[in-house]
Amino acid sequence: MNSKTINVLLVGVGGQGTILASRVLTEGLLSFGYDVKMSEIHGMAQRGGSVSTHVRFGEKVHSPVISRGEADVVVAFEKMEALRWLPYLSAGGRLIVNNHEIFPMPVILGQAEYPREIEKTLSAAAPGILLVEAAKTAEELGNPKVMNMVLLGAVVRTLRLDCRDWGGTLRACVPLPAAEVNERAFAAGMNLLPG
Amino acid sequence: MKVILTGNEAVARGAWEAGCHVAAAYPGTPSTEILENLGRFPEVYCEWSPNEKVALEVASGASIAGARALSAMKHVGLNVAADPFFTMSYIGVNGGLVIVSADDPGLSSSQNEQDNRWYALHAKVPMLEPSDSQECLDFTRAAFDISERFDTPVLLRLTTRICHSKSVVETGERIEPPVREYVRNPAKNAMLPAFARQKHCMVEKRLEDLREFGESSPFNSVLLAKGAEIGVIASGVGYQYAREALEYGASFLKIGFSWPLPRRLIREFASKVKALWIVEENDPFLETEIRAMGISCFGKDVLPVVDELTPAIVAQAVLGIKPAPARESEVPPPNRPPLLCPGCPHRGLFFPLSRKKDVIVTGDIGCYGLGSMPPLNVGETTICMGAGFSAAIGFQKAGEKAGRNRKVFGILGDSTFFHSGITGLIDAVVNKSRGVFVIMDNRITAMTGQQENPGSGRTLSGEETVALDIPKICEACGVKSENIHVVDPYDLKAAGEAVDRAWEAEGPSVIVTTRPCALLKDVQKERAGLKCSVDEERCVLCGACLKLGCPAITKRDGRIVIDQAACNGCGLCVQVCPKSAIGRKGEAR
Repeated sequence: MNSKTINVLLVGVGGQGTILASRVLTEGLLSFGYDVKMSEIHGMAQRGGSVSTHVRFGEKVHSPVISRGEADVVVAFEKMEALRWLPYLSAGGRLIVNNHEIFPMPVILGQAEYPREIEKTLSAAAPGILLVEAAKTAEELGNPKVMNMVLLGAVVRTLRLDCRDWGGTLRACVPLPAAEVNERAFAAGMNLLPG
Repeated sequence: MKVILTGNEAVARGAWEAGCHVAAAYPGTPSTEILENLGRFPEVYCEWSPNEKVALEVASGASIAGARALSAMKHVGLNVAADPFFTMSYIGVNGGLVIVSADDPGLSSSQNEQDNRWYALHAKVPMLEPSDSQECLDFTRAAFDISERFDTPVLLRLTTRICHSKSVVETGERIEPPVREYVRNPAKNAMLPAFARQKHCMVEKRLEDLREFGESSPFNSVLLAKGAEIGVIASGVGYQYAREALEYGASFLKIGFSWPLPRRLIREFASKVKALWIVEENDPFLETEIRAMGISCFGKDVLPVVDELTPAIVAQAVLGIKPAPARESEVPPPNRPPLLCPGCPHRGLFFPLSRKKDVIVTGDIGCYGLGSMPPLNVGETTICMGAGFSAAIGFQKAGEKAGRNRKVFGILGDSTFFHSGITGLIDAVVNKSRGVFVIMDNRITAMTGQQENPGSGRTLSGEETVALDIPKICEACGVKSENIHVVDPYDLKAAGEAVDRAWEAEGPSVIVTTRPCALLKDVQKERAGLKCSVDEERCVLCGACLKLGCPAITKRDGRIVIDQAACNGCGLCVQVCPKSAIGRKGEAR
């Protein structure tokens, strides 16, 4: 595989804003001069199902999708989804997990149990896991929806792209009335991680 | 200018740059965004047609009249449009005609995994297969030229990963071809048998001309790696996966003009490599032709036919590289199936149906297909658009023959009703079906992301237009007015009564539900202040509300909790709670 290409996998539950977050990420990467490919799933899966977006960037990118075991960063917008997509994380990869639970229907109906002590399982499998309070941070900012931007901020810092200018990209991708709170969420996300 | 576009956005841009005049489509994942984006260019007339057959016929008429025309659809949409598709191959074009088929390997949002490349072979039309967004733009532009040069419709075949992946695109300028002159010519355009017979000869000849053209098409390119023993022939996203997997270890023949195939080019390439691999998703389309040429190769004997490929699958097949052992949690997490949204109006009819005995429900293509998931479990069949009604007729007849005392409820949505449900309803009336025909009218084509339809009162460009009246159409189709029940699905009592009365009726009856989709912006604004919540002192944890299958209601730490951000105050839970423990606050704006 092309060793120079960086792979970022964003996973979550339909409706959590993974698509907008990955849009900002790809537009930003393009503006920094990278070759970028991004792949996402639309349609039925979006209705509260498990969703994933693949973002790959580098000098020259061929495949728009990431193979299992090849993701340099996996960011899970929901805790159980981190468990589901864990096989995509590469050997030295970084796992970022939003400390947030959304019960799937089999759990709501009592036909399955929401996995217990996910953090422990994840830490054992992926040392250096970053558990972030994105949902809480977004709520403190007064808009639970900007959780996606908090997580994006965390991803950008993990990728060491936080010194770049993301402001213009953010304002271009997010509807104007919400631009300010999204920018604040993005900055808060970066600050959730050590610099 | 360098921009990052999805394949669908790039196809739209390419069509606009090529001077496309007329475009028509019916929404269907993964093709929908092509017309949505093309519709943003005021130079192109764009419409949502009631179905794919109509869309392709609109584009065909425009082409014959001299305009550059495009029609886009998902793979199964081309089944619906197959009738005009095959005969337009005989007629050919005046203005260029491009037909986009968006296939869905991996079934992200489809009822089957058919490979529409066979349609090019079957209808004897040229096919282009882009492998990224730049090619989506370039191939679409070129497709109009090829169409006019060879007097043929051109099939542009995409797949989900091409449609919904973004990559960097260098855009160009729009050319402004005039609408060509139209001259009456029945021998070319009216496919009566005598004319069609002559045309068939021309089609066969055209195929040979196209094959020759493909031999030197820039869309078929060879990339030789020094000393490489492996050679790969690939098309579409399969090419990108193969490049990723075999970067420096293989030579490539990239096929972009993929029907008719360039036989000389293939033979020459095959002679230069020791092991020839064919990398393509789903069916062995290239492989079948290449093997028929007497060339031995590896392909679907090793690579899977089912599902999407990935670079890792290709690497494992071709190089024998086993993927690194993946980290898995010991207990796999529970599934997270897609669901009807909180506040979805479909739930209000599904719930009484889920309680009713002796009911069979034939379903259709749309959000209401999700009614078949637990806990509602309403829906037994999903075949294709329209079959919710027509299959109900046959199901009911078979049940009567077998002496089963069951009523069949056929269910489809407003957009599906206009697409191909009306004909089924006519059949039900004329042939005296005893079935019940339910139209879940949520005023929009919802599953594909809210496109206008003949009932929504707006065109693709947002212009106001006539909103067709579904109950009146049913009456005009011959359903007795006393057998047409129009109900608000947020009113469980009314919905339940409609189900009961329809069950009892002798002749065909109709139920029309009338709540707009909960995801519509206007609806969300209007209901933003409406919220249901649980009075914990009254709640006895009986779980009646959980049987609605509303994702906003969960049982957590021994309490029933309603997610306030997700709830839209539809009030179904208020109505099913036997202890009056759920209340609704706020007002609709």
